[in-house]
Amino acid sequence: MTDTNKAAPEPLLHIDNLGFSYGEKEILRGLDAQIGTGELVCIVGPSGAGKTTLLQCLSGLRPATSGAVRFRGRPIAGPPAEMAVVFQDYSHSLMPWLSALDNVALPLKSAGLGKKERQQRALEALEEVGLAGSEQKYPWQLSGGMQQRVAIARALAYRPAVIVMDEPFASVDAQTRADLEDLTLRVRQHLDITVLLVTHDIDEAVYLSDRVMVLAGKPTTVADMITVDLGRERDQIETKADPRFAGLRSQVYRLIRRPDAADAALAASGR
Amino acid sequence: MKPTRNPWARTGAGLAWHLWLPVLLVAGSLLLSQQFSSHYFPPLRTIAEQTWVIWFDGGGMAENLLPSLLRLLAGFCAAVVAGVLLGTLLGLMPRTEEALRPLTDSFRAIPGAALLPIALMFFGTGEAMKIVLIAFISMWPIMLNTIDGVRSVNPTLGQVMESFKLRPLDRFWHIYLPAAAPQVFAGARTALAIGVAVMVVVEMFGTPGGLGYFIRHAQENFQVVAMWTGMLVLGVFGYLLNALFRAFEKRILNWHHAMVAHTQGASS
Repeated sequence: MTDTNKAAPEPLLHIDNLGFSYGEKEILRGLDAQIGTGELVCIVGPSGAGKTTLLQCLSGLRPATSGAVRFRGRPIAGPPAEMAVVFQDYSHSLMPWLSALDNVALPLKSAGLGKKERQQRALEALEEVGLAGSEQKYPWQLSGGMQQRVAIARALAYRPAVIVMDEPFASVDAQTRADLEDLTLRVRQHLDITVLLVTHDIDEAVYLSDRVMVLAGKPTTVADMITVDLGRERDQIETKADPRFAGLRSQVYRLIRRPDAADAALAASGR
Repeated sequence: MKPTRNPWARTGAGLAWHLWLPVLLVAGSLLLSQQFSSHYFPPLRTIAEQTWVIWFDGGGMAENLLPSLLRLLAGFCAAVVAGVLLGTLLGLMPRTEEALRPLTDSFRAIPGAALLPIALMFFGTGEAMKIVLIAFISMWPIMLNTIDGVRSVNPTLGQVMESFKLRPLDRFWHIYLPAAAPQVFAGARTALAIGVAVMVVVEMFGTPGGLGYFIRHAQENFQVVAMWTGMLVLGVFGYLLNALFRAFEKRILNWHHAMVAHTQGASS
């Protein structure tokens, strides 16, 4: 078994005392983390913790109200060219008037690639996610899982250094979800890409991650950064049956549950 | 109606369903108006014969129909271009659109015919006046529908455009325009009908040439039958124009119709 985190890879993304507030309401406070090249990090936290907000700050879609995010050492202002995002809402993140192929190829057009190369790259990306043969289909002719594959292919064809995924498998059925998780692991292995994935599913976070960033508290802070020592090869049945998997799972769960439990205790004593 | 397998039979049945009422009405009028002796309501048969004589044999097509068609097309195309461009800009700038709304609302509330004297004053009775007025008046429904259509773009798609750094021109051609297309077409269909009405009115007041001019001129010279032939040609002209427009719309919005059919099929 290989240990991926003994020698920390060179940091690609620095999160530096990051904070975010909607007016008076503070959502994120003093977040610090470093994400290395080639790492797969899941950001997990209870719903309403500001996971999506954090992801938008990280991908340059929303400016942080305090602190900074640095990509390759430079503070980001706006989406970096080397980053691609996969959104949760696949049915709205794809263009229904474009075929799967054209959906994948459009960002490449804006990037200034010629028609032949765009097609070539888009076809390769669609094949990578197992959609060879569905290139000419419209998104609405595809199942939810396949639509999300198109969205992943679009991100891959863009050839980013980092793929950022916002609850990408939250709205598909369990079997499809497992397939897409394994697809993510395989693609990441194959293309040696850095992946940042937001999820509220603790099992998913532990199953996929090299490290899990656990968010908790109000306002949200980084409760812990947990290294997942399960090696790079994961398997839906064997990995999840591993006692260490169960241990990590409980560890994350306790961190997430604690603030709520404290709130409940406080509410009870107040009565 | 039972769905038929044979596409030709289906098209034939559709056409028959489409045509039975007009055919019945025409046949009925032909028969009933046979005995008319009123100077103002000549028998349909006479009108039909004269239509052939004036419009087909006598070169009325080239003299009056073609100029109408060209000027309508020029005005309508200008309206589409201006309406879509302005609509997209205003759709993307909600604050500006709000500030301009009293202006746009009053402009579109002014009946088109009321602008005729002003247009005559500035542009005279020639071609420029006619085309400008057709374009200006029929532009509003296109512009307003484009604003709505552009706003209907989902916020997620906005983030997609941001994160993949789509160029402004690609955003316009591949996101906003297709997203707004169903509404743009709905507006354009209304605009086309308005355009025909404005075309007739400006021709009645403008320089010779055109359907409107022909109808008014015939009426002024007591050529009642000729006047009625003008109405007949105008009716058929409007019908064919609308049919052509629908065929074009169907072609462009193919994806949309297929998607709607698909999602309705899936949900029922």
